[in-house]
Amino acid sequence: MAALSPWDSNLGQSNRAQLAEIDASCRGSVLLFFLSGMLWLLAGTVLALLASYKLHAPGFLGDAAWLTFGRIRTAHLNAVIYGFSAEVAVGVILWLMCRLCRVPLMAQSLINSAAVLWNIGLVIGIVGILAGDTTGVEYLELPKYCTPILFLSFALIAVWTIVIFRFRREKHLYVSQWYILAAVLWFPWLYSTAQLLLVMDPARGAVQAAVNWWYGHNVLGLWFTPVGLASIYYFLPKVIGRPIHSYYLSVLGFWTLALFYNWNGFHHLVGGPFPAWMITISIVASVMMIIPVVATAINHHFTMIGHFGKLKYSPTLRFIVFGAMSYTVSSLQGVLSAVRWFSETAHFTHHTVAHAHWGMYAFFTMTMFGSMYYILPRITQREWPSERLISLHFWCTAVGIILYVAPLSWGGWLQGKAMLDAQIPFLEVVKVTLPYLKLRTVTGVILAVGHVAFFANICWLLVRTFGPYRQPEPMILAGVQPQTAPVGK
Amino acid sequence: MNYGPLLFLGILFTLASSWFGLVVMPNQQLGSLQPNMDTNTGVVFPQPLPGEAAQGRELYRSLGCNYCHTQQVRREGFGSDIARGWGKRGSVARDYIYDRPVFLGSSRTGPDLTNIGERQPSYEWHYSHLYNPQTTSKGSIMPPYAFLFELRRVGPDGPSTNAVKLGGEFAPEPGWEVHPKPEAKQLVEYLRSLRSSVALPEAPLPKLE
Repeated sequence: MAALSPWDSNLGQSNRAQLAEIDASCRGSVLLFFLSGMLWLLAGTVLALLASYKLHAPGFLGDAAWLTFGRIRTAHLNAVIYGFSAEVAVGVILWLMCRLCRVPLMAQSLINSAAVLWNIGLVIGIVGILAGDTTGVEYLELPKYCTPILFLSFALIAVWTIVIFRFRREKHLYVSQWYILAAVLWFPWLYSTAQLLLVMDPARGAVQAAVNWWYGHNVLGLWFTPVGLASIYYFLPKVIGRPIHSYYLSVLGFWTLALFYNWNGFHHLVGGPFPAWMITISIVASVMMIIPVVATAINHHFTMIGHFGKLKYSPTLRFIVFGAMSYTVSSLQGVLSAVRWFSETAHFTHHTVAHAHWGMYAFFTMTMFGSMYYILPRITQREWPSERLISLHFWCTAVGIILYVAPLSWGGWLQGKAMLDAQIPFLEVVKVTLPYLKLRTVTGVILAVGHVAFFANICWLLVRTFGPYRQPEPMILAGVQPQTAPVGK
Repeated sequence: MNYGPLLFLGILFTLASSWFGLVVMPNQQLGSLQPNMDTNTGVVFPQPLPGEAAQGRELYRSLGCNYCHTQQVRREGFGSDIARGWGKRGSVARDYIYDRPVFLGSSRTGPDLTNIGERQPSYEWHYSHLYNPQTTSKGSIMPPYAFLFELRRVGPDGPSTNAVKLGGEFAPEPGWEVHPKPEAKQLVEYLRSLRSSVALPEAPLPKLE
């Protein structure tokens, strides 16, 4: 099955030259998406810290409407989802697609203008949320005067990704390409349906909540998840230098995800004012998600097996493996949360918040960090300047997010248990959550340190691009060159 | 899977299936619900919100209240919603037909508000609580909404009856009093309008024992 992997030990000199040409063509556009995404990450982190702190110190910065919890929290969510996550995802999509199709990025100015449009739309939208113009619909809070800009920008990106695919020189399709194609086709459909039925011309009553969670779940499941999985499928075999364990498990994982994931949304409505069939169908689909999750986990694990030692050397691998493991854990946690008896307790608690961060951060964000560690040196032709900053980044984010999600999941469960007992006054329930909310602020600071370290390293790397060209050498963390090249070419 | 068109069709078909099942079908079933008229009492429910409460609802949206407060009561036997007094009956789809957007909510950092108008009908309680939740609920983590209020000098006729009654550490300096701005009034009107005491054919009220 060796031919099914992007990794090929016998890459000839001409192939290398071709890859270098593709990397160079991606340089400006991918950098633009990565850098603006990183700025959104920093802004989102500040907003997150404020929101988290306010939740156990409610009077803090409470004198102005734009600083109130409900707005800061919403601004945080939109900055990290539509700013950081989406923009970095697009950068990764473009680079992966060009590499796997073996075509240079064409008409970069088109993609660059999409990036600029996206950022303009988002700045308007976030300012709008802080000013009170939120739509009030979860995951779709951006006001309607900015969403058409975002849609136009994404349409450009999606069309261009498909154009790159259409003109591919490599006839073999790799798993990552399936996931990317799916993501760029699914997202515009989801977004336009949700905008039409929730913001532009709202459907009647409870139907809005249905459309809301069809979108809300799928924006994670059908947009971010496929991009995250595309990255894992590409970088894992690439860095360790061996093909993906099983082609058939990849196929099984992809099609079962495509079939089941998009039916999951209504598990957010368990106990809500809906006919039973709606809720039940989503619970069934959620449980079926065990198939793609386990298939993917087995596939990744058996690819990695015997190569875990390489985690010492490659920053990309560390983040990607952390992300892949988190995908399994958070997805199985999601399956559990969808089941009625579990939902009765955990629904409406901080358990859900922890779960969202497990998926969006421990899985998706970590995977994107790993991808950037691989892509940035190749498009800038400079190596990472500081090994220490990489270590700081990894340990802060890895330890930080575990300390965030594990205790908060537990705290949310206790909160739910206390809430189920009608004899416990509500303010006592609040008291149960306080230690976990405070710990969350502490972990937020740890994560913030990691983000700053990463951003500093990126800036330093970019400063280096003004210096003389140096043959990039793969950054390895442990200071020892392992037997096989840790960062494949 | 090297055949592009098949991949495309599969990708489009899978999402089309859930678009049909989770968007089109619910819209078919719930998208044209009408208010119910009780043939005995002639009461029509639900009703659109009156002006001031409707403005208050906009503030509720704009301040993001729905991120900590749900407006959905789970049926008897599933959760403690009814035992906690958050509603007299489970919520049903028809309760929401006039809501744009629907504030079902997904988090109970604070209590459910479906029935807050009946649980707390007092203007005074709401003003005091919004001005600073600590005045009525010591230990609450709800933020203060003091920016919906203004400080005014006590007039020559003595303290105004409209002023928010605040005691102890929350009282303004002598000679000053706290008045709700129109926004605070609207928000309280909205909260007072939230009730779940009307039965629907699909959601009767539990019989009194």
